Order: sequence, then C-alpha cells, then structure tokens
Amino acid sequence: MILQALAFYVFAAITVAAAAMVVVSRNPVYSVLFLILAFFNAAALFLLIGAEFIAMILVIVYVGAVAVLFLFVVMMLDINLTELKEGFLAYFPVGALIGAVLFAELLLGVGIIGSGSTTVAGLNAHGAQVMAVDNTRAIGRVLYTQYFYLFQVAGLVLLVAMIGAIVLTLRSRPGVRRQRAVEQINRTKEQSVTVVKVPTRGGV
Amino acid sequence: MYADLITFFTTNWLGMAIVILAQCLAVTVPLLVAVAYMTYVDRKVWASIQLRRGPNVVGPFGLLQPFADGLKLVLKETIVPSSANGILFVIAPMIAFMTALVAWAVVPFDNGWVIADINVGILYLFAISSLGVYGIIIAGWASNSKYAFLGALRSAAQMVSYEVSIGFVLITVLLCVGSLNLSQVVLAQSGWFWNWFWLPLLPMFVIFFISALAETNRTPFDLPMSEAELVAGFHTEYSAMTFGLFFLGEYANMILLSALGAVLFLGGWHSPIPYAPFTLVPGVVWFALKIAFLLFIFSWTKGTLPRYRYDQLMRLGWKVFLPVSLGWVVLTAAVLTFGGWLPKP
Repeated sequence: MILQALAFYVFAAITVAAAAMVVVSRNPVYSVLFLILAFFNAAALFLLIGAEFIAMILVIVYVGAVAVLFLFVVMMLDINLTELKEGFLAYFPVGALIGAVLFAELLLGVGIIGSGSTTVAGLNAHGAQVMAVDNTRAIGRVLYTQYFYLFQVAGLVLLVAMIGAIVLTLRSRPGVRRQRAVEQINRTKEQSVTVVKVPTRGGV
Repeated sequence: MYADLITFFTTNWLGMAIVILAQCLAVTVPLLVAVAYMTYVDRKVWASIQLRRGPNVVGPFGLLQPFADGLKLVLKETIVPSSANGILFVIAPMIAFMTALVAWAVVPFDNGWVIADINVGILYLFAISSLGVYGIIIAGWASNSKYAFLGALRSAAQMVSYEVSIGFVLITVLLCVGSLNLSQVVLAQSGWFWNWFWLPLLPMFVIFFISALAETNRTPFDLPMSEAELVAGFHTEYSAMTFGLFFLGEYANMILLSALGAVLFLGGWHSPIPYAPFTLVPGVVWFALKIAFLLFIFSWTKGTLPRYRYDQLMRLGWKVFLPVSLGWVVLTAAVLTFGGWLPKP
C-alpha cells in the first residue's frame, strides 16, 4: 500500500507541475508537450485506481490523436510570443473563475462539502456491485443499454462539430483538375491507344 | 534452499524486481538481435529481387554486416545543428526507440510467456503504437530544417490516418474473441490453420497489413523520408547513434506490427496442424516463424512496389480503408449476433 501511495503522489505531483507548465511555458510547442505529459500522468492515476480501460482510452484518444493534431497546428503556426503574452492579464480573471468553478466541483465530488451518493465514497459503494466483472465489461454493459441515448447524443454533438469544421473550411475552387481514380482504372486499351500504320515517307 | 529461492523471487520485492528485470532482458536482447538481422535479411531480399548479391564481405555470407554497421554508427560523431532545439533534438530518437520497445511487454510468445498479461492488452498496444509518431514529429520540429519538418508533417498525418483503420481491424478481431487480452485472442484461434482469423476475416487481414506498412513508413508509403523530394525526411539532420536509434526503432516497430499480425490473424503460438509432430515444436518457434513470414512480405513489398503519391495515400486511407473496415465491423457484429456465434463472457 505504501508503494501505491508513493506512486500516487509522484504521478499527481507531475500532473500538477506539468499542467502549470502548460500555462507558464513561453514556447507553445513546449506547452503542448507538457500537456501530453499531464495526460500521461492522468492515465497513470486512472491505472492506480484500477480503471485500466479509461486509462488506455485517455492515452489513445488524447495523446495519440488530439495532442498530435494540436502539436501539428502549433508547430505550423508562426506564433509571436510577445503578442501572446500581452493578452495574459486580460484573460486571467476569466480563467481563474473557470478554474475556481472546476475546483469547487471536484471538492463536491470528493465529498469534503457534499454528502450521500454524489460523493466518490457513495459511487464506490455503487461501483462495488458492478465491479464483480472487469471494468471494461462493466462499462460496455451500461454504455450501450442504460446510457444508450446519451451515448448517441454525444456522437451527434461530435458529428455537428465535424460538419461545422468542414463547412467553415470547404471552398469550391473552379478550374481545378482532379484525378478521378475510377475513370483511370476503367480506361481500356481501345480508348487510349490507337495503332496507326504509317506509310513510309507518307507521315500520319 | 530451493524453496527459499522460490519464496524470495515470488514474495520479496527485491526478488520480484530481479525477475521482472530478467524478463525484460529476455525479451529485449533477442529483439535487438532480431532487429540487427532484419536489416541484413532486408538487404539480402532486395538484392535477390534486383539480381545482386547483397552484403557478403563482412563475415561468412556477410553475417557480421549488421554489427559492423552498428559499430560504425556508435563510433561516429553525433552532430547537433546549431539552430536545432538541443533538448528535443536528442529526446526525439529516444522516444521513437522506446515506444517501439515498451509495446513488447504485452505480446504473448507462448502460452503464458508474456511479461504483463493485462486485461486490455490490445488497447495498450494500440495506445503505444499511436505514440511512435511523437518521436518523428518532435524530431522534425527540433531539427529546424524544412526537409525534416515536411517529413515530420507527412508522417504525422499519415500515421494518424492509418491508425483509424487499424483501430477498426482490432475491433473486428476482438468482437470475434470477446476479450481484450492478447493471450485470449490467441487461445480463441486454436485448431487447424483455417481456424485462425486470417481466413474468416481475410479483408481485414489485408487492410491490417497495408495499414501496418503505412504505420511503419515503409514502401510504398515511405513518403516521410522519400529521398527524391525530402533528402531523408524527418531524420535529415541526424547523425551517428541518434540516427541509429530511429533506424532501430523503425525496424523494431516493423517486427512489432508483424508480431501483432501473427497474434491477431495467424494464431500466435499455435501450430498450423494440431497433431503430434507439429505440436511438439515449441510455440515460440511457430510464433517466430509467423513473424518472419510477415517480415519477408514487408521486404518483398519494399523491393517491388513504387512509392505512392501523397494524395493517393490519403485517398486510400480515408476513402477506401475507412468505409470498408467500418462496414466490415458492422457486418461481423451482425453475423455474430444473428448467427448466435457471439463469444460467451
């Protein structure tokens, strides 16, 4: 148990430190790399409480896909650091407010303020019944039955975001010559090659 | 005395640490030797395809060539370009090499021969293989060179695209198995070789192999390092052992994806014919043979096919593989559900 507690404090400390570095660091590429470090340690924390499925999904989705695209964009943008720092004080109150609200919600969840089934302890009591099977199976059982509609709605939200991104960036440019693979493959020898018998000294 | 040793290695934390370290070495050392000889086999296969001899000077049949190459890389000077980002420039090859190695922790070599027999083995492999792109993209950015950067961007887009179809391939396989544990995946394929998943899921096997080529940046998808356009792509600025780590990582990744292919589709450690002379051969030998077979196809494709154009690569990934694999997931799920073949938990 001591080893587990030690691991928890190491991962938690790195998560907090990395999250702070995301905001503080001067270079946006470093920020994204620290964000990835924070994701990783959060995944490790999930592993510690035995939620291996969520840990793996966190790494696959956030580290493997989302953060790669973040890094992609940040590296390609030519960001002026001094301009970026100028807005810092203006945005600080909003950021602090959001942070405070999130922190209050966390405190409620941990049970310092709240009580009953909304706390982690209450959830654990409920979870103990579900945990008879391994947690990947447990999630699968409720996700597609009990929470089916919420799951579908979450999918729809993502679909709307995707269509929005396409609508914003899609421009039809006239005069572009595209390659049509189907036409190319369906071309036959008869359509494309004509064999001409050229008479000597006659030309075509 | 003997019983004391057993209790030491199974209960004492020091003993357990020694056992884990020994297990890691038992996987890593043969893997590195396999990587060294993979470069040799690769060159021999290309040589045969091009009617050449290939490496044949260092040692008998050129067998010591990989070690001569390795020694050369170690002895050369590591050059860090003055405009490069020093820390990230050095970290990038380490990430590329490390991600190729840590994934081996969950690969089952034989029944019970696995370092970490975790419940979510497939997801772990998928997560780790999606991390390999960081080594490349950080290398491209830290080099501060346009060729390296273009190579890194190509590679990132390519690997993210093909991961999607690999994900769906994994989903079809685990639908048929009913477990995310890699040992369970192999156990579900016991029996004759037509019971292995390559036959019932043949289209997915083909998609998996082609996506594996794209994931490891091999011909015909080696655009991130296409010599004709980008000098050497993302590792243009790298020299000596920093380059060597990228090279080793690339080959270790190839072997890893071949191992994954062998586990998912070729029945892992099972012998093709489940009767006496064949079942006496240790499972790890069958597993190695299957990996070798897939690796040979890797070399064969590299020696045979020309390089794709970048838009063709993206078209193949998003417009062909994604719909086909998604459709096959739905089809498999429907067949399993309505045919009553759904694996019982």
